[in-house]
Amino acid sequence: MGSVAIIDSGGANIASLLYAFDRLDTRAELTTNADMIRSASRVVLPGVGAARDAMERLQDTGLVDVIRNLTQPVLGICLGMQLLCDASEEDDVQCLGIIPGIAGRLPVAEDYPVPNMGWCQTHYAGHSGLLDGIDDGSYFYYLHSYAVPRTSNTLATAQHATEFSAVIGKDNFVGAQFHPERSSAAGARLLRNFVDKGV
Amino acid sequence: MVVKGVQFRNHRVVGDILELARRYCDEGADELVFYDITASPDARTVDRGWITRVAAVIDIPFCVAGGIKSVADAEDVLNKGADKISINSPALADPELITAMATRFGSQCVVIGIDSREENGDYFVYQYTGDPDKTSAAQRRTLDWVCNVQQLGAGEIVLNCMNQDGVRSGYDIAQLSKVRAASDIPLIASGGAGSMQHFVDVFREARVDGALAASVFHSAEIPIPDLKSHLKAANVAIRT
Repeated sequence: MGSVAIIDSGGANIASLLYAFDRLDTRAELTTNADMIRSASRVVLPGVGAARDAMERLQDTGLVDVIRNLTQPVLGICLGMQLLCDASEEDDVQCLGIIPGIAGRLPVAEDYPVPNMGWCQTHYAGHSGLLDGIDDGSYFYYLHSYAVPRTSNTLATAQHATEFSAVIGKDNFVGAQFHPERSSAAGARLLRNFVDKGV
Repeated sequence: MVVKGVQFRNHRVVGDILELARRYCDEGADELVFYDITASPDARTVDRGWITRVAAVIDIPFCVAGGIKSVADAEDVLNKGADKISINSPALADPELITAMATRFGSQCVVIGIDSREENGDYFVYQYTGDPDKTSAAQRRTLDWVCNVQQLGAGEIVLNCMNQDGVRSGYDIAQLSKVRAASDIPLIASGGAGSMQHFVDVFREARVDGALAASVFHSAEIPIPDLKSHLKAANVAIRT
């Protein structure tokens, strides 16, 4: 098993992800170095913060095309998942356009405050090796105000006031709206699957 | 060391932070909140080495509160592995701080802690509650402040009902219901948990998004797996 490159998209809160890989005895490194990202056996695009800041950071570090051309398994997490899609209504920003879909603001409804901060049951909507060994309906931890509606690329869904994509994928790229690094045993299993099997 | 008091006074040591964090994580807690209760009154910041140590051993979300006074403080805490930061007294001193943090990290990272006490039929905010000698009224109505922090970009409110803190006689359902009606963002109840039924009541009656407790878990009086079974049997949606 080779190394995991975690792309430094400028957001804070990368430590929890690094520790999650530590707990799996997998070497992971935070980087903006294009060569290191291209040669890693797995790439993670995390993200906490605003979509525009993160896209600007990827442009400034020259990583937009580097990411688009990656051929190894790539996992986007939370905002990182939204960055893999076409666009975000947050600040009306164009994203990487790798997986079809546009992130929109979660609607507020009674008993469904926004942000969605907490554990949501997550249901299969397609097949992904990432979900091997994880029961349909398992809880994962979410922390977001924007979400990608269900599309033909959706692999798992969760429900807030409306249904949204919990896991979405295309080719070697997959994104998770939740935080596997903070989703207890189910999240650890998903990261284990990513390291061992890819997407 | 972790300490716990009664109505924000007479704190005693309840255990080692890493042991407790691991224990709660294994028992099925859904989130941990760490308060550095002496940080704001002493005008010092949190000692942040422990955040890294906690982040390394747990795999559930955790929030850090105490002495986070600037965007730079918040960034440091998040970079060390916290998932959210909670601010209380510094937000009262400078409400614009909420907007600055929400803009930089997103609202979902920014939790506002509100220490609130009933007086003459209304509710009022208190500040510097970590030190009994420095605690003072913030000269704000709780419901005004709840609306205010949402407009400024807060992502979650933890309402500490001071009359109920550590006394184990139930959450302050009346106050929490009023705050619930005034907030579109997640609301966490804090203060007063004494029995498993208190948790059922606060979820059902005040419709809060989460219930925080300390004393009953530290003392092992309410084991978390038993509490979750009890909630599930009462049809409260919960991860088990």
